[in-house]
Amino acid sequence: MKADIVIIGGGPAGLAAAVAAAKEDCSLDILILERDSELGGILNQCIHNGFGLHTFNEELTGPEYAARFEAQLDGLGIRYMLDTMVLDVASSSVTAVNSTEGVFTVDCSAVVLCMGCRERPRGALNIPGLRPAGVFTAGTAQRLVNIEGYMPGKEVVILGSGDIGLIMARRMTLEGAKVKAVCELMPYSGGLKRNIVQCLDDFDIPLLLSHTVVDIKGKERLTSVVIAEVDERSKPISGTEQEIACDTLLLSCGLIPENELSRSCGVKINPATNGPVVNESFETSIPGVFACGNVLHVHDLVDYVSEESGRAGRSAARYVKAKASSEGPVIAIRNGNGVRYTVPSFVRVNGLEDDLVIRFRAGNVYRDSYINVLMDGETKLHRRKPVITPGEMEQVILKKEDLASPPSEILIEITEI
Amino acid sequence: MDNSFDVIIIGAGVIGCAVARELSRYDCSCLVLEKDEDVCCGTSKANSGIVHAGYDAKPGTLKAKMNIRGNEMMTSLCEELDIPFKRIGSLVVCTDEANRDGIDDLYARGITNEVPDMKILSADEVREIEPNISDDVVCALYAPTAGVICPFRLNIALAECAEQNGVEFKFDSAVADIRRSGGKWIVVTAEDTYECSAVINAAGCHSDELHNLVSDRKLHITARRGDYMLLDRSLDGFVNHIIFPQPTAMGKGILVTPTVHGNTIVGPTAIDTGNKDEAPVTAEGLAKVSEGATRNVKGLPLKQVITGFSGLRAHEDGGEFILNEADGCDGFFDCVGIESPGLTACPAIGEYMANMVSGKLGLKLKETWNGICKDVVKPFELSAEERAELIKEQPEYGRIICRCETITEGEIIDSIRRPLGARSLDGVKRRTRVGMGRCQGGFCSPRVMDILSRELGVPLDSITKNGGDSKILIGRTKDEG
Repeated sequence: MKADIVIIGGGPAGLAAAVAAAKEDCSLDILILERDSELGGILNQCIHNGFGLHTFNEELTGPEYAARFEAQLDGLGIRYMLDTMVLDVASSSVTAVNSTEGVFTVDCSAVVLCMGCRERPRGALNIPGLRPAGVFTAGTAQRLVNIEGYMPGKEVVILGSGDIGLIMARRMTLEGAKVKAVCELMPYSGGLKRNIVQCLDDFDIPLLLSHTVVDIKGKERLTSVVIAEVDERSKPISGTEQEIACDTLLLSCGLIPENELSRSCGVKINPATNGPVVNESFETSIPGVFACGNVLHVHDLVDYVSEESGRAGRSAARYVKAKASSEGPVIAIRNGNGVRYTVPSFVRVNGLEDDLVIRFRAGNVYRDSYINVLMDGETKLHRRKPVITPGEMEQVILKKEDLASPPSEILIEITEI
Repeated sequence: MDNSFDVIIIGAGVIGCAVARELSRYDCSCLVLEKDEDVCCGTSKANSGIVHAGYDAKPGTLKAKMNIRGNEMMTSLCEELDIPFKRIGSLVVCTDEANRDGIDDLYARGITNEVPDMKILSADEVREIEPNISDDVVCALYAPTAGVICPFRLNIALAECAEQNGVEFKFDSAVADIRRSGGKWIVVTAEDTYECSAVINAAGCHSDELHNLVSDRKLHITARRGDYMLLDRSLDGFVNHIIFPQPTAMGKGILVTPTVHGNTIVGPTAIDTGNKDEAPVTAEGLAKVSEGATRNVKGLPLKQVITGFSGLRAHEDGGEFILNEADGCDGFFDCVGIESPGLTACPAIGEYMANMVSGKLGLKLKETWNGICKDVVKPFELSAEERAELIKEQPEYGRIICRCETITEGEIIDSIRRPLGARSLDGVKRRTRVGMGRCQGGFCSPRVMDILSRELGVPLDSITKNGGDSKILIGRTKDEG
């Protein structure tokens, strides 16, 4: 089998990359390989609204947002295969399996990695206690409620204040469950402010910062959890334990980019994001292998996924037609004070589109601070922000002309007043 | 159902099932009663998965004899029953010059026990085969006959083989009482009363309670909890052998080893507990595991943990396997106190007990007996041609359900439809490895529930994690209120 571009994953990243690549060059043969039985990825179970404010200037649900992209596939001649699991990736071929083709290989000129992310499971959190039924990751519970139409339980404690956990606090409440508490290990939430207001505050669900679960009880089905306050080093403080009767514990404790395929094909991984190191074109350390969406770094908003994936898709299309040049000056992007990572990690000036969007996350909560962009030590941008938190992705946008005489390095930093 | 049997085995762990398989060679009626919903639900499901070489046990003890014999039997047993098993060898590592004698003693004990091919390796020799060993290594006892096995498949395969040779199994059947009446044993569960000529007590941590129902010479078992951490398969190759510290009175200590499936496992602790039914992982336990593991292996990335679990070992006060007819109890046979090396010893215990019982009852060998039993077909262990053929004939073998472990719908269906098939999420997991990977079932568990519901013809909200009241769902979203 052959294709010009193989896109691994038909979720929001894969769809946007495919559509953008086809629009960049309509002659390209683009193939999406999707492991689920429908396109759309995790959007299919996100039946709440709030998607699309940036992309379409309106509030859509997850399935509606995905449908906007899916509707374009046929017209653009984009092929896709469902129930198809990719087993192996190399720079010019992808091996996959499904029930009609068996194991097959697609020869291709470019690959776009769009595998998304998975939730950190209970096992990886070292939560003590028994292992009864009733402990779910928030996303698994979301699937059970929204896709399967079943309730995982009726008295709920949520550990972790990631966005899916917050959304599920509201969802479970609307379905008649009692959400007794959301515990967050850190002294700040990992989710978006708007979700804390709309999903917790509006329903009087308490958010307990600096709290964790220290015991899980119940032999067959969960009967209670014990929570405790934690100190600055995240260690439970003895004497602060309280037992909460519940039949369900939902975990929203972080998302992990699914880079097993990327690692096995040798793509360089950034330890801060657990995603590939990419340049301005979203190209990984292997030429012709691109990455975008949550496999690259975990996003808060799907709109940003679509925007980045569009760049990745266009870059892949240009790569196939050898229009992209890797020659020319390279600008390093460095993490200054308070910045955990940036995407991209470096910029090839000749690969730039009209603007350069640098997205990053802070390592802590900053109030009344500045985001500074320095080029070779000289401040080019100094922007005041009332609050910066690790739970909300930040960005700076530079125009191509700002980089006309390219510096050797761009430094992004956060400074307090 | 006719409730009269020649032999009733209580407990469907590795010991009960190994005895059942050996007894199935004989012309007799045999029933296995299990309190849980499936085989492999107690000690057999939560252990290190190690086949020990046999240098630990005190010479002359049943522990030593059964270990050596069990180890010898394991290669052919695993071929017959299609059980993943690799003889990767073990190292008992000495990290303190003052304790070097302990290694010599262990070696001498191994020689007495007739453990083959052991060697004492110098620090450099250890480093050569284990680059990540502690810098403090002084020497190590190397035993190439030690290995790693899939404890689930071992237990399940023994049961499947017994079943195909006529042994009956009854689950969710905890034994409430045993008494003697009219020269027979009467075995009572919540739902039924059975009679038999011989009882085999293979009830793990509860075997002392059953024994004490019938015998005046009382036994006492302490449940000794062991916590473990299982690490991601991406660490494959970080250690190459089963790495033990030097043993203590509480056991063989915290080991680090690759599992037969390429994960790295670390543990167990040894914490005596009053609770024989619940094995919670504790923060203290996990801390001990972390500390113990990093003492012998440097830089072990414990952050790559994918799950923690704990199991209970049945430690009898005498510290020895009790494998005999109970005092004053004609036809009541004990397999009591089967702690480590119980998994290794199980085929030998099966053989030993079957000999004892068949002698007692005067059983005759059957003319035909089928000791071969194949595992669930795994398309990704087949050749490309075989796999293509399989998927062509049964397309469900091309549909991946568990992404982390690459397990197909075909394997899940097989695990449910086969004799003594899975009825719960954990049952499918132990038969196929579904959900044993790094996402721990986050993606696949709703899909496996769908398949279970369809195959068993039951509603989705009746599917359990592991039987009993462990239902995953409480009902439809719109049913209530």
